[in-house]
Amino acid sequence: MTEGGYERGQQEVGKAANPDINEAGPKNTTDDIGAIPGTQGGGSAAATAQRTAGGGRSEGRGDGRGGRGGRRKRRRAEEQMVPDATFTSYYGRPVVKAAPWEAAIPLYLFMGGIAGGSSLLAAGADLTGRPALRRGARIGATGAITISLAALVADLGRPERFLNMLRVFKPTSPMSVGTWILTAYGPGAVVAGAAEVAKLLPVRFGVLSTLLDWAARPAGLAAAAIAPGVASYTAVLLTNTSTPAWHDAHRELPFVFVGSAAAASGGLGMLLAPVHEAGPARLFAVAGAAAELAVEHRMERSMGLSAEVLHAGTPGRLMRASKALTAAGALGTLLVGRRSRVGAALSGLALLAGSACTRFGVFEAGPASVHDPKYTIVPQRERLNRRRAAEAAAGQPPTGEASPPAQET
Amino acid sequence: MTHGDPAHQGGGHARVDAGDGHLGLDQAFTSAGPAGPAAHAGWEAPPSRKGFFTDTSICIGCKACEVACKEWNGVPQDGIYELLGSSYDNTGALGANTWRHVEFIEQRTPMAGLDTGITIGVPETAVGPDVLVSEDILGSMARSVHDKPLVDLGMPAFDLPSASPDAGERTEFRWLMASNVCKHCTNAGCLDVCPTGALFRTEFGTVVVQDDICNGCGYCVAGCPFGVIDRRIGQKAPLVGHSDKPVTKNAGVAQKCTLCYDRLLDDLTPACAKACPTQSIQFGDVDELRERAEKRVADLQAAGVMGAQLYAEDPEGGVGGAGAFFLLLDEPEVYGFPPDPIVTTADLPRMWKHAGLAAAGLLAAAAAAFLGGRR
Repeated sequence: MTEGGYERGQQEVGKAANPDINEAGPKNTTDDIGAIPGTQGGGSAAATAQRTAGGGRSEGRGDGRGGRGGRRKRRRAEEQMVPDATFTSYYGRPVVKAAPWEAAIPLYLFMGGIAGGSSLLAAGADLTGRPALRRGARIGATGAITISLAALVADLGRPERFLNMLRVFKPTSPMSVGTWILTAYGPGAVVAGAAEVAKLLPVRFGVLSTLLDWAARPAGLAAAAIAPGVASYTAVLLTNTSTPAWHDAHRELPFVFVGSAAAASGGLGMLLAPVHEAGPARLFAVAGAAAELAVEHRMERSMGLSAEVLHAGTPGRLMRASKALTAAGALGTLLVGRRSRVGAALSGLALLAGSACTRFGVFEAGPASVHDPKYTIVPQRERLNRRRAAEAAAGQPPTGEASPPAQET
Repeated sequence: MTHGDPAHQGGGHARVDAGDGHLGLDQAFTSAGPAGPAAHAGWEAPPSRKGFFTDTSICIGCKACEVACKEWNGVPQDGIYELLGSSYDNTGALGANTWRHVEFIEQRTPMAGLDTGITIGVPETAVGPDVLVSEDILGSMARSVHDKPLVDLGMPAFDLPSASPDAGERTEFRWLMASNVCKHCTNAGCLDVCPTGALFRTEFGTVVVQDDICNGCGYCVAGCPFGVIDRRIGQKAPLVGHSDKPVTKNAGVAQKCTLCYDRLLDDLTPACAKACPTQSIQFGDVDELRERAEKRVADLQAAGVMGAQLYAEDPEGGVGGAGAFFLLLDEPEVYGFPPDPIVTTADLPRMWKHAGLAAAGLLAAAAAAFLGGRR
């Protein structure tokens, strides 16, 4: 079946039923193919429904959208990268639902990355005798994981039931796995961070301080052992959903996220530690930034149709900012990171900001790919058609569900 | 309850690849196995699996199911009587406050080689030979017939379908109506991703939220390949004391169709199926419903309804066959269904593998940074 095979059906919605709206009459039938519900990208359900119901309206409606020609021209340039897919939907409404998550979740993704990477840096600094880097990374990890947990709890529909997460362990639920990863990671990171904070305080707390000092290294190493999981599982958290732009990224997103974590935590290390100690942080940051940029580029190729949302609107702006900041930060690290404390700090800040933009950009791409049903329907329809074609080629009598006979041409 | 913790979906039961490329080893996480989902979830000697067969070819769009569902389950209203401009559907979609959703699809299916245009008039089939109509009405009808050509809107006729003058011919306009509902998948994405065990597999093989366990993490919302479940928005009950504002039941908690779990426990038919006046919604044992559905679709196809197809019924399909499946008269996406849904956890083993590789890479990068930094 060609692409035109699924032009049937829904595009006529609203016209016959709403003769008042359908001012232009039947002559618009063919004009409307480009305006099949959903092909214009996101928007609220109400707006989409309105667009659909008014599918027949034409020039002179003064609704800000203009006629068909104007609408075409005003369409965002990015969306024209991929030719319009013609498809059918139910009044342009989303097929799947976006997770009801708000800014707390991308903030958590960002902070989780900082925590994971920083614990690794802290352990390395601890073992190689870099006290300033160790202090900055341990305190950074502790602060980041604390903000992470607060964000996670705040985003629940019933925050007071947070501990219900610990009722079960489910490998099929990345959120459950992640909860246990954080539960295992948190204490070590917090003890190591507390030991550093205690050293900064003017007073000592006797036995408690001694105990903290003694526990700091094992706690920090334990946290570091789990830290890679903290930094990488969040990718699976997003990709194990029916959200097209997230699921389609499942091959590369873990690598993008650990790259982003390395860049951010390396950047934080450069910000907090003097230049002569921050060598490993610089290497870590540059390697992370390079991996993030390279794999993100590859991800956009392998995602298919839903990669479009990474170029449009808010996620598009965030991803562009992420690339620019990450590249600038990495370049600054290489050029001035070793020589200038200020240059290192600025590069570190750029890397941190770039990582934040990556997390928010990838996160925002999810809802954007849900709001336009195109990203759900078109790839699935193509997959189904391919399978039917393969079945037909194999001469199998198609079975039940997979066998609607060819429709009218 | 006697069941083991429903959380444990993992384990054996890898299914044989059906040649579709997406089944087989990847499904090991979620497949329910031959004994059915309830047994797989740990129920000992569960009753037969229960489900719905929604035959949309006889749905009249009366919305009795929507109303019955709301009344029985105490589901709050969704909005404030908005008009969505989408035919007679002002509900919009399934969600936390809509567990049955009646869709109205208005279609003009072009007839080959004919362009009659659209004119709204009294359909020829609206008045049958045996119906007495006053002279006035007949006169006005005659005038309108004279003025413009008539088009069958698909309105129900008073006479038998075969008695109408153009029986057997397709008119160029039709209504499709369908009552959508949670599919109660064999491989349920919502259930797989739930981190609290609030979603569980009942002894009837259905998937139900435990309202008092769910902490509203919202993961199931994104996990569902059909966009069924959602988190309920509303005024939450205060943790302590009383609230002056009216409190929404289960606000902040994921909500969806329970297949009337409470009614099933008392051997009652779910409210929507009970209320359906045309038996478009049929409730029963899934095995028996499957047979019925296959016969029905064969009958319809033999009668020339060529678009008739079963949806979400195939046990080899991407969700392992749903407990609630449908007979559709057109492609799934026309009804707002995903054309080829696959439970998201089907890819999860591969995702964990990639995450593991990434984690190892991060560890290696950190080690290399310190070794390299020692120069």
